[in-house]
Amino acid sequence: MSLVEMPKADGAIISRKAEIVAALQAAIGTDGVIHDPEETLAYECDALTAYRCPPLAVCLPRTTQEVSAILRICSDMGLPVIPRGAGTSLAGGALPTADSIVIGVARLNQVLEADYGNRFVRVQAGITNLAVSGNVAGEGFFYAPDPSSQLACAISGNIAMNSGGAHCLKYGVTTNNLLGVTMVMMDGEVIEIGGTHLDPAGLDLLGVICGSEGQFGMVTEAVLKILPKPEGARPILLGFNANEVAGTCVADIIKSGVLPVAMEFMDKPAIIACENFAHAGYPTDVEALLIVEVEGSEAEIAEQLEKIKAIAARHDPEVMRESNSAVQSDLIWKGRKAAFGAMGQMADYLCMDGTIPTSRLPEVLKRMQEMSVDYGLRVANVFHAGDGNLHPLILFDANKPGDLEKCEAFGADILKLCVEVGGCLTGEHGVGVEKRDLMVHQYNEADLEIQMRVKDVFDPKWLLNPAKVFPMEASHSRRHGNRQEAA
Amino acid sequence: MASLLKPDSEASLAETVREHFARRKPVRIVGGGTRPVGNPVDVTETLSTGRLSGITLYEPGALTLVAEAGTTLETITDALAEEGQHLPFEPADYCALLGTKGKSTIGGVVAAGVSGPRRVQAGAARDSLIGVRFVSGEGEIIKNGGRVMKNVTGYDLVKLMCGSYGTLGVLTEVSFKLLPRPQATGTVLITGLDDHAAVTVLSRALGSPFDVTGAAHLQKDADGNPVTMIRCEGLPESVKYRTGRLKDLLAPLLPSAAGLSVENVAESNAAIWKQVRDVETFAGRDGAVWRLSVKPSDGPDVVSDISGKLDCEALYDWGGGLVWLLVDAADDEAATVIRAAVDARGGHATLFRCNANGESGTDAFHPEHPRIAAISQNLRRQFDPAGILNPGLMGQSAVQA
Repeated sequence: MSLVEMPKADGAIISRKAEIVAALQAAIGTDGVIHDPEETLAYECDALTAYRCPPLAVCLPRTTQEVSAILRICSDMGLPVIPRGAGTSLAGGALPTADSIVIGVARLNQVLEADYGNRFVRVQAGITNLAVSGNVAGEGFFYAPDPSSQLACAISGNIAMNSGGAHCLKYGVTTNNLLGVTMVMMDGEVIEIGGTHLDPAGLDLLGVICGSEGQFGMVTEAVLKILPKPEGARPILLGFNANEVAGTCVADIIKSGVLPVAMEFMDKPAIIACENFAHAGYPTDVEALLIVEVEGSEAEIAEQLEKIKAIAARHDPEVMRESNSAVQSDLIWKGRKAAFGAMGQMADYLCMDGTIPTSRLPEVLKRMQEMSVDYGLRVANVFHAGDGNLHPLILFDANKPGDLEKCEAFGADILKLCVEVGGCLTGEHGVGVEKRDLMVHQYNEADLEIQMRVKDVFDPKWLLNPAKVFPMEASHSRRHGNRQEAA
Repeated sequence: MASLLKPDSEASLAETVREHFARRKPVRIVGGGTRPVGNPVDVTETLSTGRLSGITLYEPGALTLVAEAGTTLETITDALAEEGQHLPFEPADYCALLGTKGKSTIGGVVAAGVSGPRRVQAGAARDSLIGVRFVSGEGEIIKNGGRVMKNVTGYDLVKLMCGSYGTLGVLTEVSFKLLPRPQATGTVLITGLDDHAAVTVLSRALGSPFDVTGAAHLQKDADGNPVTMIRCEGLPESVKYRTGRLKDLLAPLLPSAAGLSVENVAESNAAIWKQVRDVETFAGRDGAVWRLSVKPSDGPDVVSDISGKLDCEALYDWGGGLVWLLVDAADDEAATVIRAAVDARGGHATLFRCNANGESGTDAFHPEHPRIAAISQNLRRQFDPAGILNPGLMGQSAVQA
C-alpha cells in the first residue's frame, strides 16, 4: 500500500460543479476558469508525480482582487482550495483532491517595483525565482535563494515552502530574504504583512506565514530583499577517497573561519550520474566530491581559496582543482544542478530532503548504504554539506509492481534516521503530502496541536490546502468539524 | 504580595505555569530583567527563567549552539569567542540605555528579538534562531525547529516566538546558527553630513559589492558633530581592500567640507560599533527613547517631520532603516506626532523607554491594522488561552477572570 492517502472527495461538492464553475466565471471571467476534465488534467500533480488527481476546477487570476473574489466564493461554498505556484513541489504541496479548486498564480508574474537604494523588489508572487534575479541583474543585484528548480519555480511556492538553495550557508533561505507579503485570507480580505522596513511591528507573522505551505492564505505579492552581486565567485573541486574524509574536511573548513557561500557534497553514484549527463569534468574515480565556492574580489577569492586548499591538503585529497574561468565555474555548477535530471535519465527516483547535524554525516551515509543493500534499491547523494541538508535520490522502477512502495519505505527510513541523529524530516522541500504522516516522528502531540492551532487562526474552516503537513489522523477532527467527507 | 518564582528545570517551570493556568493567575516573565520594554504588566507574581542555565550543546564544526533560556549572554559570547565564533546578529546590551542592572539572558534576547548593527548583512535574531523549546500558557512543553540550520518541517514557530516578549510562551531552550567571528574590522568614517546625505551614502555603500556589515549615522557625536560609519569585517587583507574601495566609491558623493577616513584599530572599531549597538549616545540622558523601523530612505524624512514639531535627536542604524530617537517630551501628544510621521510612509514606532519618571498612557507598540491585530490576538489566545503570560505587555487585552 502506498504511504500517501488523500481524503475522499466530497460528492456533494462534485455534484455542484456547474454551479461552482458559473460562480467562479462570474467573478473572474470565463478565460480565468479551467473546468474541462481534459484541461484540468494538467493540474493533477506537481513534481511529486507518483500522486495524481485532477481538481474540480482551476482558477488563474490576474489580480489580487480576483484572488480575493475566488476565495470569497470558495469560503462561502465550503470548497477546499489548493494554492499552486509553478507546480514544482517535490513534496506534493500542490496535489489536488477531486473536490478542490486549484488557484494558480501563473498570470501574476510582474515586477511591480525595484528600489536599488533600499535594496528590495516588489513582485507579483507568480514570478519565477530566476526572473527576479534576472530583472535586477542589470543594476548589479540578485535575489539570493536559489533552489535547483529556480528556472521554473514561483516565488509564491518559495514562500509557501520556505525554499532554500545551494548558497544559503551565507545568504540564508527564503524567510531570511522576505520583507513582506500581500496575502488574501480565506474569507477574501487582503492584508499586508511586513513591507519595506526590516522589523515586524508586533508578532512576527511574516515569519510563520513563510513556510506555511499555502495553508494560511494566498500570497499574491511579495517584497524581497535583493543583494549587490559580489565582485566575483569561484568554485574549487575537492575529491576524496572516502565520504568520511570529505565530511571531516567540511567541518574543518567551517571551523577555520572561512565562510564559503556554498559547499556541495556528492557521493560516487551522484558524481557518475552527473558527469555522464552534464560532462562537467568531475573526476569519476573518487568516492566523494566537494564543490566549495567563495566570493569576493580576485585577491579575496585567492586569500580564501589558499586557506581552503591548505585545509583540504591535510586530508589527502585525490583531486584539488580550482575553476580558472567563468565557463568552467558554470560547468561545475551545471553538473550539480543537473543532478535530478541526470537521475531521471537513469531511472525513476524519489528525492528525499532530510537535514542532519553535519557532525553525524559519515555515520548517516554509512547507514544509508546499508539500507540500500537491505532494500535492494540504489541511492545517490547530493547535498548541501555546509548546512547538513541531504538529498538522497532513491532510484526505482515505476513499472515494477511494489517498487514505489519499497522506495517510499526506504525514504521514510532515511528520514527517520535524520530525526534520530538530531536532524529533521525536511530541510527545504516542505512536508506536503509526502512527509505528512512522518511528522509524528519529529513532533509529539503537543507540538503538532499548537501548530494546528495556528492554522485555526488563519483558516478556521480548514479549507486551504487542508490535507497537507499534518498526519491525516491528527487533523481529522479539524477537517471534519467543518465539512463532511463523502462516504 | 509580590513574589518571584524561579523554577530550576523546564519540567518544574511547566508545572508552575500549569498551576497558574488552573487558577487563571497571571505572571510577569523575566530573564535577566535588563529589558523592561513594552507596556507595564500589572501583576504580582514574576516567573524567572534565570535558573534554567547552561549551554546544552556546542558544536563549532557544525556552527551550532543550544542553550537553556536563562544562560547569560556573556556566558555564551565567551564560549563562542574561545572557538573564534559568534552570534551573527550582534545582540545589544541596553542596560545603560534603560537604566537597568544585571545580565541579559539568551532567552531575553530572543523574547525581545534584539539585533544589532550587523542585522543589515547577517540578519536579525530571528534569522539566526533555529530552534526553541517553550512552555505554553497551558503549561505544555512544546518544541519547534531544532538544531539544524535548514529545517522546514511544519510551521516556523521559531520566528513567531522571537520577539513575542513572552506573550506566547515561556522560552526554556534556544538554538542558534553561528558564524565565524571576523578576524578583522575596518570602519569608513565620514564627518559633517546631514541626515539625507548620510543615508544616501549608506545606501550606496550597502548597494556595493563590498559586503558592508554596519551602516550607521549619528547626528551628534561626543563633540556634537555628525558622523557616518560604514563597517567591513572579515579576513584582514580583504577588510583593507574593501574599506579602501568604499572610500574611493563614496568620496565623489561627499561635499568638500566632509571628512573621510578609515579606522583600522581593533579597539576603536569595537568601541564605535558598541556605541551604535547599545545606543550609548542616549544613555543616561533625559527624555523618551523611540525606536522607529522604516524604509531606509524614509528615515531622514520621518525624522525631519518629527523634529519640526518636537525637540529630538536621532541615531540611524541599518542604513537608515532603524532610527533611534531621543525626544524631550514623553506625553501622548509626542506619540501622536511620531506615529503620524511614520504612518505617512509606512513602518512602525515603538516607545522603547519612557521618561525616567514618566508614566505614559501610550501603547508602547505601534497600532496594527485591525485584521492583523485580530490575528495576533487570536494567536495569543491559542498559545495562552487564559491570558496569563505577560498580559498587556504587547497591548493585548488583560487576563480574563
